[in-house]
Amino acid sequence: MSILVDKNTKLVVQGITGREGAFHATRNKAYGTDVVAGVTPGKAGQDVDGIPVFNTVRDAVETTGANTAMVFVPPRFATDALYEAIESGVDLIICITEGIPAHDMLQVYTHLRRGNQTLIGPNCPGIISPGQASVGIMPTQVFNPGRVGLVSRSGTLTYQISKELAVLGIGQSTVVGIGGDAVVGSSFIDIVGRFDEDPETDLIVMVGEIGGNEEEKAADFIAEHVSTPVVSYIAGFQAPPGKQMGHAGAIITGSSGTAQGKKQALEAKGVRVGTNPTEVARLVQETLAAR
Amino acid sequence: MGIATYRPAPPSGRPIWVGWPLALRSRGVHCLVTTSQGRRLDLFEYQGKQLFARHGIPIPSGEVADTPQAARAAAERIGGKVVVKAQVQIGGRGKAGGIQLADTPEEAEEHARNILGMDIRGHIVHTVWIESASEIVKEYYASVTFDRSEKKPLVMLSAAGGMDIEEVAATEPEKLATLHIDPLTGFHAHHARWLVYHAGIDQGAQAGVVKILQQLYRAFTDLDTMLVEINPLIWTASGEVVALDAKVTIDNNALYRHPDLLELQQSVTEDPQERLAQEKGVTYVKLDGDVGILGNGAGLVMSTLDVVALAGGRPANFLDAGGGSKADEVVAALEVLLSDPKVKVLLINIFGGITRCDEVAKGLLTALDKLGATLPIVVRLDGTNEDEGRKIIAEQAPSNVVVEATMLSAAERAVELAKGV
Repeated sequence: MSILVDKNTKLVVQGITGREGAFHATRNKAYGTDVVAGVTPGKAGQDVDGIPVFNTVRDAVETTGANTAMVFVPPRFATDALYEAIESGVDLIICITEGIPAHDMLQVYTHLRRGNQTLIGPNCPGIISPGQASVGIMPTQVFNPGRVGLVSRSGTLTYQISKELAVLGIGQSTVVGIGGDAVVGSSFIDIVGRFDEDPETDLIVMVGEIGGNEEEKAADFIAEHVSTPVVSYIAGFQAPPGKQMGHAGAIITGSSGTAQGKKQALEAKGVRVGTNPTEVARLVQETLAAR
Repeated sequence: MGIATYRPAPPSGRPIWVGWPLALRSRGVHCLVTTSQGRRLDLFEYQGKQLFARHGIPIPSGEVADTPQAARAAAERIGGKVVVKAQVQIGGRGKAGGIQLADTPEEAEEHARNILGMDIRGHIVHTVWIESASEIVKEYYASVTFDRSEKKPLVMLSAAGGMDIEEVAATEPEKLATLHIDPLTGFHAHHARWLVYHAGIDQGAQAGVVKILQQLYRAFTDLDTMLVEINPLIWTASGEVVALDAKVTIDNNALYRHPDLLELQQSVTEDPQERLAQEKGVTYVKLDGDVGILGNGAGLVMSTLDVVALAGGRPANFLDAGGGSKADEVVAALEVLLSDPKVKVLLINIFGGITRCDEVAKGLLTALDKLGATLPIVVRLDGTNEDEGRKIIAEQAPSNVVVEATMLSAAERAVELAKGV
């Protein structure tokens, strides 16, 4: 099994006629994802690699029964696209777009959390349930079907760790990139909680980085609510305070948000934290073998 | 959460003279701003004050000066006692002597001469702000921050101003009132009143503070800021409430809808590599080691720095060439790295997802051709088109380029080479 995306996912891609949108929608479809529709205002009637294009998300959902939306719209139009996706009633929205203003996301987040829909991202690589569906921009060749759930704030680091797992013959149930922005739709807690309820996820890998306190909050949540073993990795031990390390959310402010603080918080709650991606894979192997 | 303030510690003994509540005229305002790498734009005090004035927040009248003569002329125009304030984006400028009271224009010129060019904890003073002075009765603190943990704006008000607010929170919590605001319904007068009563603001100042809090919240949202802070917010002898300092941090992601603020982004970062990186559009942060690092994706680059440190080396920088790096971006990134004389070895760590390893390899060859670098370069390529990328390097790269199979072995090799050079 898996979480969030699988064989039942029916995907509508917002911004499908853009360069990136078309490229990745086509790749997602080639992987086996059921990409049922695309949306670009004014381009209804066209198609992208056989995927029909609609003018609005609502039209697409009413016609095709799409249950998941992926947002590939440039940042200044992405907030509108997110509200459009929310109002179309889809269950899951995955926002790949990087660079959405933080205040916009604050409002989208507040609105969304009052309902039952799920948002992943923005500024994320998407979600893949290997062998079932890929929604986003992840390089599918590094993932294999398996029983480890992986959740991460970083794209390339996710690929690195998945590759290290592959070397040891370990695959994933689902891999979720929650995004590198300060305000993202789903937190570590949200995703770890879902993995914990998934009967086919035997272990959870949580890949964090400097900035914010979501890893610390997840540590408390894991100790109180999660029975599935969790292995973690934190990037950014060498990051100086006050400097933004690429991701909008990766900044150490004052004494909070440091990699060391996050590692200690997790270890205090019994979560093993690897010092590099190779060691993380080894800890996963050890923990699975000990079960 | 961390709250930075850059107001000096409150003076003891004699009353200090600062501030005069007149509308600011934006004469001679320079575009001097440094960006804290990436997506936040920290404004200088005088720029923040200018924005506050536009939102109706009373601030002292003042002018920018970048020479002692200009400071004197500004003081003459302003009239009366003035304060000469160093414009730097770091705390402790008062303690460092960067804030001085002048009774006459001659004295203002003298202070400006001493302050301009001063090095305040690594920040060189290029500009001073000359502002009219007035007597302070009380110092308060007010701010709105973006609380990413609660995903809500956080408004803070304290009757203990002029000091580090984290210290107030720790030692005198009864003097600090905090309130999270629903971003959809916004900040209203009743929120401001609640804060004023709970922070213990003096009765005579309450109406003024209520008004300023509403204006400050509007500035917070209208300007797309991550932080607006007034420390101190003063109650003057003439009974007015005035912002005596301004700290404003703008969300760079929102600059497209603030063309006026975009102009402030014309950066004057002191560091030559950071400046070059900015010109080239490369995400770069300078560190103090000798192993130059280039990778793709923020998380992987951070991890690479950590692995180099674990191997006993010292990373020279953070450089993210981006998730979809093409040859040109690799060339630009290498130009930045190779311009740093401290770099002894380069470590290139690429995990090809969207990035194709053959593109990276081609970019590396182009850059080496163009820049003629002879220092050792350790390359690790993994992911999309890795075989093609490795083949290009094996067949065409000069002998100073070595390929390693894994991230760990590449880091170890780079550290070894850095120590041997």
